[in-house]
Amino acid sequence: MSAPRLELRGICKTYGTTRANVDIDLAVRPGEIHALLGENGAGKSTLVKIIYGLVQPDAGEMLWEGREVSITDPNAARAMGIGMVFQHFSLFEALTVAENIALGLGNRESPRALAPRILATAQRYGLAVDPQRHVHHLSVGERQRVEIVRCLLAAPRLFILDEPTSVLTPQEVEGLFAMLRRLAQEGSSVLYISHKLDEIKALCSAATVLRGGRVSGQCDPRVETPTAMAELMIGATLPASGRVTAARPGAACLEARGLSLPPDEPFGTALHDIRLELRAGEIVGIAGVAGNGQKELLAALSGERLAPRAEAVVIAGSPCGRMGAAARRALGLAFVPEERLGRGAVAEMSLAENALLTAGAGPMVRSGFIRFAALQGFAREIIARFRVKAAGIAAPASSLSGGNMQKFIIGREIGAAPRVLLAAHPTWGVDIGAALSIRQQIIALSDSGVGVLIVSEDLAELFEICDRIAVLSEGRLSVPLAVRQTTMDEIGLLMGGLHEGRAHAA
Amino acid sequence: MRLRLEARPQPLRAMLWLSPVIAVIASVLASAGLFALLGRDPLVALYNMFVAPLGTVLGLTELALKATPLLLCAIGIAIGCRANVWNIGAEGQFTIGAICGGGVALVWGDQPWVLGPMLLAGMAGGMAWAAIPAFLRTRCNAHEILTTLMLSYVAVQVLGWLVHGPWQDPEGFNFPQTKQFSDNATLPLLIEGARVNIGALFALAVVPMAWLLLGRTMTGYRIRVAGFAPGAARYAGFSGDGVVWFSLLLSGALAGLAGICEVAGPVGQLQPVISPGYGYAAIIVAFLGRLNPVGILFAALLMALVYLGGEGLQMSLQLPQAATGVIQGMLLFFLLAADVLILYRPRLVAVRHA
Repeated sequence: MSAPRLELRGICKTYGTTRANVDIDLAVRPGEIHALLGENGAGKSTLVKIIYGLVQPDAGEMLWEGREVSITDPNAARAMGIGMVFQHFSLFEALTVAENIALGLGNRESPRALAPRILATAQRYGLAVDPQRHVHHLSVGERQRVEIVRCLLAAPRLFILDEPTSVLTPQEVEGLFAMLRRLAQEGSSVLYISHKLDEIKALCSAATVLRGGRVSGQCDPRVETPTAMAELMIGATLPASGRVTAARPGAACLEARGLSLPPDEPFGTALHDIRLELRAGEIVGIAGVAGNGQKELLAALSGERLAPRAEAVVIAGSPCGRMGAAARRALGLAFVPEERLGRGAVAEMSLAENALLTAGAGPMVRSGFIRFAALQGFAREIIARFRVKAAGIAAPASSLSGGNMQKFIIGREIGAAPRVLLAAHPTWGVDIGAALSIRQQIIALSDSGVGVLIVSEDLAELFEICDRIAVLSEGRLSVPLAVRQTTMDEIGLLMGGLHEGRAHAA
Repeated sequence: MRLRLEARPQPLRAMLWLSPVIAVIASVLASAGLFALLGRDPLVALYNMFVAPLGTVLGLTELALKATPLLLCAIGIAIGCRANVWNIGAEGQFTIGAICGGGVALVWGDQPWVLGPMLLAGMAGGMAWAAIPAFLRTRCNAHEILTTLMLSYVAVQVLGWLVHGPWQDPEGFNFPQTKQFSDNATLPLLIEGARVNIGALFALAVVPMAWLLLGRTMTGYRIRVAGFAPGAARYAGFSGDGVVWFSLLLSGALAGLAGICEVAGPVGQLQPVISPGYGYAAIIVAFLGRLNPVGILFAALLMALVYLGGEGLQMSLQLPQAATGVIQGMLLFFLLAADVLILYRPRLVAVRHA
């Protein structure tokens, strides 16, 4: 076996009282696609930030091709041959692809001169990128390819990707994997950060698992079972999940009847003639790549944006397209939004106060005054029932981890005894244990006769818990297909925009 | 080298409560330096500024008198700020409140019931003046920081026109002022021989009411949610426009009440200048009090002391009136600086030339 390209020995990093990385060893060899696995908060981000020079370790040493180095900033990392594609892109919407890449390289090469090189690199790795297009026209997958090409132009010998597939269709994921395999064949090393075990099994030849800031194991994902890797990640055995009983759908509880809406901001997506019927007791999933109208659809259904006609949105038989969010909630709608802090919850407020956010005129408010005893009881109930890890009901929302905040928000919305639950990305960025319990709660809710609509980019999750799945693409919704009668590939094709046949059949 | 501010991962919450205290201490020290530069003995000046006014009963009543308009205006401003609605124009609402209430006093001054309608007219005037920026914000998306401030200048001009023109006292030797308000139209005094009147009790009553509103009612909850996270307010279905209207109208009513209490109290008539900048100083008071009604009570007393001490310095040490303004400015400056340094850590970083 060849000597490691990058080797970390005993890396430690402490933030205040949080030990983000403790005594971490990691070796990435040339030509290897190495997975860095772990739940949120396991220390993956800190570790890659250390490798990329964004954060300085407190202790430990780093060896690059056998020589000890200290990487003081990302420029130094890039100069050594380390490239990184972040989860959040840094592209200017109003500039072209070539202009963005020229800015990122920072060597004053003109975008025009760069264009042939961009094309050559893109073609070599099978990435479809047009240097002349403006970034705001590009889908998320295309934007990611721009970031990747920008990195590849510097010919990195270690290529780091942070959760790259969360925004891609299955077909795009295949394209990305082909490109990474090609890169590895050429002798580059890839450090691939993810918590999606099936992808790691398909792609990686080595894996380092982190838990609680420490290395909890190293394995060869090609031979290890996903369950064993998951247990290394969470340090416990996994309970079973998934839909046990088939849904027995009742009456329609949420309908969209020809809902159309223009975009409300530049680069937004218009909704075109959305038709959907969600029945009591069923779970319907809306798949699609972000930026295809998910945000707009959720706002139009929740009442944050009003529809042009009252009949465009119907909750339990009542046309409510012209009603605001609070009035729709009074009809029995509950909503778990995409952003937790700042939307689903107020970071600066305590959990008890956050429990009041969507409580409306219920028992927690009497003649305009807040009844704190009732409110605190409700907050305690949510924490207990949904096993939210928090210092207590007085803890500010900002002190909770993403997963625990999500459990609290879902608990609050379920606690409102809704007829319909809308949930956006319910387990996005949530660790495996919490995701499981959230899915179980959603299934239990639908079993009790509530209609649930889930918007998610996670196809595996949708296939696991939904009864029917529709695809939102460029603001158009396909006809929902029964999960048992479709495949991920079919849904994936619809996500890619090949929806003509099905959508027009509506 | 370049100065960069880095967010502290865990700022101490206790320090944020202490920062007004730090600001006060820093302002006292800086004003001592200022007095020394002006050629006065700093210790004597500080004594005259901050201690002497508190030494007599009369001084204490004057303190309460000056704290009254500051407290009323600052509570309104603070409720707005909690909702992220920035009413910079309490001075204008104060002035229009004084004009409207004063108008009632001039017309029905001989009626025994005039005081109640005067107070109501004062509040209504302040509300009406604040309704303009509320309308502009909710309908035209014009930011209230600009509109409220600009309307303050308009209000002062309106007052000037009235006292130079239609409302001028014909027997007033052509001074730009209205005739003195009648006894019926003057607020009852609390203590015989002192100027402090029942307006101070109104202000004092507003403190617990504001505290209840913010901390215990659904309206206050909506205000705070809108201020912390507008996205969460939209998600919850709270009306954003409703919060803007409510906080500006309430703020205007309190400033208007302060205005009429001032002219129906110590001033006793309408004249071109009825406020030494209470409406603006109240912004500093609101922030010095951490936007908390109880904190604002203390901050208003402190600011009243700055006014009172500033007057004292003019008489005892012949310092210019501007000293008061400078010390007010220092208070705000040091408060903001203390807050920034508590939340961020300054660091000098080398600038790399690529």
